[in-house]
Formats: sequence, structure tokens, C-alpha cells
Amino acid sequence: MSSPVTTKPFETTGPGKQVLEITDLKVSFPGLFKTVQAVRSIDLNIGVGEIHGLVGESGSGKSITAMSCLGLLPDSAVVEGSVKVTGHEINGTPEKQLARLRGGGAAMIFQNPMKALNPFFSVGQQMFDVIRCHRDLSKNEIRAEAEKALQAVQLPDPHLALKKYPHQMSGGQLQRVVIAMALACRPRLLIADEPTTALDVTVQAQIITLLRALARDHDLAILFITHDLGVVASLCDRVSVMYAGEVVESGSVGDLFANPSHPYTRKLMSTVPKLGLGEQSLDFIPGQVPDMSSPPAGCAFNPRCDMATDACLQPANKVLVVSKDTDVSGKHWAACHHVTGKKPSSETALSETLEEHNA
Amino acid sequence: MAKYIAQRLMMMLLILFGVLTITFVLSRLLPGSPVEMMLGHHPTQEQIEEARAELGLDLPLPLQFTRYISDLVQGDLGKSLRTGRPVLEEVTKRIGATFELTFIAMFWVVVLGVPIGVVSAVRQNSAVDNVARAGSIAGVAFPVFMLAMALQFIFYGQLNWLPLQGRLDAEILLDHPFERITGFYLIDTLLAGNIEALWSALRHLTLPVLTLVIVTLATVTRITRNMMIEVLSEEYIRTSFAYGVPKVRIYFQYALKATLIPLLTVVGLTFGYLLGGAVVVEFVFDWPGLGGFVVFSIAQNDFPAVMGATLVLAGTYLTINLIVDLLYYVVDPRLRVQ
Ligand SMILES: Nc1ncnc2c1ncn2[C@@H]1O[C@H](COP(=O)(O)OP(=O)(O)O)[C@@H](O)[C@H]1O
Ligand SMILES: [Mg+2]
Repeated sequence: MSSPVTTKPFETTGPGKQVLEITDLKVSFPGLFKTVQAVRSIDLNIGVGEIHGLVGESGSGKSITAMSCLGLLPDSAVVEGSVKVTGHEINGTPEKQLARLRGGGAAMIFQNPMKALNPFFSVGQQMFDVIRCHRDLSKNEIRAEAEKALQAVQLPDPHLALKKYPHQMSGGQLQRVVIAMALACRPRLLIADEPTTALDVTVQAQIITLLRALARDHDLAILFITHDLGVVASLCDRVSVMYAGEVVESGSVGDLFANPSHPYTRKLMSTVPKLGLGEQSLDFIPGQVPDMSSPPAGCAFNPRCDMATDACLQPANKVLVVSKDTDVSGKHWAACHHVTGKKPSSETALSETLEEHNA
Repeated sequence: MAKYIAQRLMMMLLILFGVLTITFVLSRLLPGSPVEMMLGHHPTQEQIEEARAELGLDLPLPLQFTRYISDLVQGDLGKSLRTGRPVLEEVTKRIGATFELTFIAMFWVVVLGVPIGVVSAVRQNSAVDNVARAGSIAGVAFPVFMLAMALQFIFYGQLNWLPLQGRLDAEILLDHPFERITGFYLIDTLLAGNIEALWSALRHLTLPVLTLVIVTLATVTRITRNMMIEVLSEEYIRTSFAYGVPKVRIYFQYALKATLIPLLTVVGLTFGYLLGGAVVVEFVFDWPGLGGFVVFSIAQNDFPAVMGATLVLAGTYLTINLIVDLLYYVVDPRLRVQ
């Protein structure tokens, strides 16, 4: 597909040309009686044009991680660590500067497109406003950009679409509009929080195909959050598996699917749904998602793990997974006491290896 | 759309008919007879019979009612027993004063209440929010007539900044007369270019308007705040934030428009409060409007006057709410049929 949207990259600064660099991110919600530790130390890097899947059960902290990337967490959240989008630190940055980065540096699309657009304004009004916030263009140019963006997401008759109100469109059309709105800001990173969960199966597949094409044509990095490992396999370059506020395994899609190493990942895979069955499918893993105000000590998965031993009551280090099927094993790691692999000499050694890969 | 308006108009007529029936029945059932009022103390039985016949009170009730309705349809609201003049004339003479008072109060309630409500919602538990909440409790707890008299005591009695009552200074009528075209003195004096009268009218309006604003502002502020909080938690508001739309624009454009629909309802209701409040306020400030007229007429068993004025007040309230319903169409695209 030729690209109708003329994309001039948002400046990516800093070392390694990472579009997203999350370092030791912790997010908690202090309450009167207990504190919910929604995210407990996450490291995650996404390079230019990379599609990174983030999977895990409901409540594992995926959405909170996504919102951290745009500084969209509610005021009640306590955030520690660093999140850099195109080299710009998000944590502690004032609203005004964040507003520029939102949409421009990283844009977000949401689970339920039916609720994501304001019902009282036409699609055009909303798109124009967003484009105006990020780009210094005349009225006519803004309209032209909006139409181009709608063409890029393959929405028929963009001219008419701009005049419509959200209630006059289907869920699939609305998700395309939201994606177009994101594209029109020319972001370097698209954060997609379960963007297909609310859509029916055929539309899901269309949106996935569209995202893949857009990533390729616009050199757009995507953080793709989903319940659905099937979608990850068909779309992503890399995948991180999240459990109880931590990433427990991460690797290239090829490596991780060939050699799932964390018991939780394997459980996820054994319940892997057909594309489209989506939400309910992960509920088959026996046991409860831990209460995040008092997560289990050590490896958080140990109460539900068949392999759990006394060792699992201690925190598990990240271990590089070495497999005979692949020689690019440096990027695949899991945090489990039972993984026999190459232990990195230190955390830094691991992150260096990962950086090398991502560069 | 036309069908909708027709439906609403039918509804309005039905409600008005209900109001009529209730006031009619009440006027005939309540103790105290207009005849006593007309005839003074110790009338003879003969005199009473005569007066009753004159007023049509000797007829059976259903007949009285149908007669009242048929007169009404011909634009005849009967004669005031107190003044002996047609009720329609008495009512139209006073309605301008009531409208001027309530419309201006309405204007301030909306202009102050909506932004304060928005700010309270955006900055929950801030100084603005706390003052607004304390104010809303005080506003509801304080009786209207006490507030009116307290304001009179302070601004007239102690400070002597503002007049005690009425719509104009007495001298104005002599020295700077003006033609009453709309019945809104601010507009009439402006049209006449009569600055002295305009100033006098403004000063007289201040305290009654202030009283009405104080007693209704808190309600509007609170409802706006709660509705705004609800809207701000909507996903589409988060979308606006996620795309870098500036805060002020999100609050005052995207969120406020969504709040506008419930807010319109509130404005319609507020007008009801204001009309209710106006009855007391007009009485305390000797304001020559419909509210004060109703109070006097009730006190003197002037049934035709009470019924006529009630009908007009109810009609006004219903009209305002009809306009509100029509405005929903303007605001909410989902209601517009393509
Ligand atoms: N505003 C909030 N206040 C308190 N706890 C929250 C809040 N938002 C989310 N959480 C908690 O954070 C955890 C992670 O939530 P989330 O990131 O939405 O999970 P996921 O997207 O993976 O399903 C959950 O336990 C949830 O209850
Ligand atoms: Mg989520």
C-alpha cells in the first residue's frame, strides 16, 4: 500500500534510537487501608518500527503500563522509575509538555472504539482539533490531512465520514477513525490497548492487517496489548508476558513461541484461543489472579504453578533462554527459577544484550 | 421534529388543563368565600345570595367549570374580585416585572453556577469546591424570606446603598417618565435613552435578583459539578487527553457540551425554582409582579385572579421547558433523525 500520509518522523533523540524505554517502572495506588501495586518494576524497550506485544491476564497491569507511556494515569497513582518516549522523559513532566508528546510522540488507541469518540462532535470536528494541536496547518490543509489519514486506514468515502457523528458508524469504522486520528498526528509509537477485543471476528482480522501495514509503511512502532496470543503470533516482532505487575518472559515472537520458558507463558499457550475468541479464553488458567495489594512473595506465579518449589518463594532473576532451535537467543529471557539457561552476570549485562538486539 | 413538537404541545395543553382543574377545585373547596370579602362584615342572607348568583357560584360545580373553561378559551379570565378589573389585564400588567426579575436571576445563576460547577468538578476538594459546597448547604438551609429581609437590613438599613423595595424611585416617574414597551424596565429605559430611570431600575433590581440568585445558585452549581464529574470519567474524555488536546479545551468544549444536555434540564427546573422563589421575593420587596399579586389574591380569596395568575405562571414554566426540550435537538446529534 502506498502511503497517503506524508510522515515526517517526530524527532527521536537519545542513545539507541529507542522509541519507548521503560526502566524500572513502578505504579501503585495508595489507599486508606491497602496499596494496590499495579505495576511492580517493568523494563521494556521498543525500537523504531518494532511491534511489541504485551500479553497477560486481566488485572496484570497492562493498561496501567500503557497509560504510563502517555502520562495518563489518574492523580491518585504514585509512579516511580523512568518512561521515555522518543527520548523524552514522561514521569514528572508538566501537563503542557506532555500534551505535545501525546499524539505527536506516542498516540493511543483503545479497547472500545464505540466509547472512544465524543458523541456530541462530528468525526471531522474531533479529527481537525487533534491535528490542529500538533501541526501548524491552515484550515484546508487540516481537512486534507484528515481525509488522507482516513484513506490510509481504508475507510470508504473519507469526505462523508468526516461529517458523520460517532453513532452513525460501526465499531470497526470507528476504530479506523481512531487509528486515523492517531496517524494524523504522525506519532513514532502507537499504543494499542486491546484494540480489537470489542470488535467482531472478521473486523478484528481487518484491523490487525491494517495495523501491520501501517507499521510497515510509516515506520511506526506499536505496543500491542492483548489477551490473545494468537494475535501476537500473527502481528508482533517481540512479545513480553506480564503477570502480576511484572514482565515474566520476553523474547522475539519466533523464540518465545518455539520455546516458551516461563510456566505462566506455557499455561497461556495451552489455552491459546483461535483468533477472535478473545477475552474469555484466558480464564481457563486454574487459580486466581493475585490480589495486587498483597502479591505473593517471590515469583508471583508460585501459588498457581505446577512446578513451584521452596525456591520459588524467592524472587526469580531474569535468565537468558538458550535454545538449540535458534542462535539469536540473546533477546529471549524468562524470570523463573526452573529455567535452565545462561544466567547473565548481572542485570546490566542483560539489558546490554537486549539493547544490542534492539539497536 | 414537527411531530415531536406537536406531541409536546399536546402534552403542555393537557398539563395546563390539569393545573386549571386543580386550582378550580381548590378554590371551591377551601374555606373562606370570596363573597364575604366582597360584602364586608355581617351581610344579610339576601345580599349573600345575590352576590353568589352574580359570581355564578349558585350553579352546580360542573357547570361552573365548563363555563370557566369556555370563557377561558375566548381569552376571558374573569374579573378580579379585589380590583374589579379583568384578570387578563391585571396579569399582563404585572408579568413584565416578574419576567425581568426571573430572567435576570436566571442569567446570573447560569453564568456563575456553570463555571463554578465545572471548576469544582475539575478541582475536587479545592478551595472553590469547598466554598461552593458550603454555600450550597447554606443556600438550601436559609429560608428565602429571611435572606431577603437580611439583605434589606444590610444594604438598605445599615449601609443605605440600595433601595428597600419597588421597581423604581418615586421621583423617576415624575421627573424622568418613560414609555413601557416591553415591560422590562432595563430595556424600556434603554430604548428611551433615559439613564436616570435605567440607573434607578438597576438599583431596585439588585437585591431581589441577589436573593433569587443566592437561593438557586448552589443547586445549579452542585448539579453541574456532579454531571461534569460523570462526563470527565467517560472514555472519550480520556481519548482527548491521549491525543494531546489542551486541558482547557477538553473541559470547556468537549466535556461541557456533553454536560449541556442534563444542564438544560436543570435550567428548566431552575426556572421553576425561580418562579416559586419570586412569589416570596416579590412579596418582601413589594415588587409589582405576578408573584406578589398571587399572594395578595390568595389572602383575599380573589379566586379568579389566583387561577388566572397560576395559569400564566404554569404556562410560562411549561413553555420554558418546551424550549429546553427543543434545544436537546440542537445539542445532541443522536436525536437528530437523518
Ligand atoms: N485507578 C485505580 N485505582 C486503584 N487501582 C487500580 C486503578 N486502576 C487500575 N488499578 C488496579 O491495577 C491493576 C492493573 O490494572 P490494569 O492495568 O487495568 O490491568 P490489565 O489492563 O492488565 O487488565 C488491577 O489490579 C487494577 O485493579
Ligand atoms: Mg486493560
